Amino acid sequence: MFYILCPYCGEHREEEEFHPKGQAHIARPADPENTSDDEWGDYLFFRDNPRGVHHELWVHAVGCRKFFNITRHTVSYEILEVYKMGEQPSITAESLASAEKSQGVQVGDGGQQTVGASDSAAKDSRGTKV
Amino acid sequence: MSNAQQFDTRPQGEIPVESPLAYSMQRSGAPKAKAGTKVTMRERPFLGQLTLRGGAIVLDEALREVVGLGLPGEPLGLVQDQAGERSIQWISPDEWLLIVPGGEEFDIERRLREALGDAHFAISNVGGGQTVLELEGEAASEVLKKSVAYDVHPRHFSVGKGVTTVFAKATVILRRPSEERWELVVRRSFADYTYRWLLDAGEEFDIAVEN
Repeated sequence: MFYILCPYCGEHREEEEFHPKGQAHIARPADPENTSDDEWGDYLFFRDNPRGVHHELWVHAVGCRKFFNITRHTVSYEILEVYKMGEQPSITAESLASAEKSQGVQVGDGGQQTVGASDSAAKDSRGTKV
Repeated sequence: MSNAQQFDTRPQGEIPVESPLAYSMQRSGAPKAKAGTKVTMRERPFLGQLTLRGGAIVLDEALREVVGLGLPGEPLGLVQDQAGERSIQWISPDEWLLIVPGGEEFDIERRLREALGDAHFAISNVGGGQTVLELEGEAASEVLKKSVAYDVHPRHFSVGKGVTTVFAKATVILRRPSEERWELVVRRSFADYTYRWLLDAGEEFDIAVEN
């Protein structure tokens, strides 16, 4: 069970009050008229499935009914960060990897640090996502 | 002034009105108080309930003018007037639940609409869709511990707090207006389920129902 901090209620609540809503920071193509089928397909159907840091959209369904984002580690299930809609994550796979590097920590199996598509997606959407 | 149409949902004249629990109290019974009764349940039906949505600043101003209550300053806040008859509760960053004595809500809604003018807001009369159950007594929190996932320890759930949370397999707005008293705002369609659940959960504390 997760014990999730709702950024709007300002306190931790049981997981059963929440629903996961998939990957966060998926921006709708800005110019749909000139978007190729491939790009539409990517936007509609293709989602990241990283081993490591993942940014997700959740909703406090039984509660304040607001959507917000969670940065979660898909291996350890640790919730690294919770932030409101419209905000950008301060913890990403890249930032975590560089922090560990600067501390001189050896990452045992590099696989856990997915410098993943999820974070490049987050970056791409910067400025376009409301 | 918005041109929203409003109508008084309270019937005029001799039309009988039943509380959402009228059938349940007959069918499932309403146990009387015994010597060992540690928790008492009562329904407070037919209260006026309005959901207010919009910006906190304009709503706060209008509400102070019309009802004499300010919006709770923090999330999960519950503000009451002196008599405890009128209350306003935080539901979400842009949503509040106003509960007033039955019959007042029509006039309050009209005056709120006047006071809010062209501001961006929504007021819905939800009084017909939900009812208020009250739990009182030393074992009230024990009954709640069996029913909700939320932590109702007094250190965590102080007086003047209200949350929306899971109650058994339904949802409930749980509020604590005073030390010994808990209020549950339940959906009309879940009222019977909630009532029977509470009867069952309160059996070991000889729960009593006051009508």
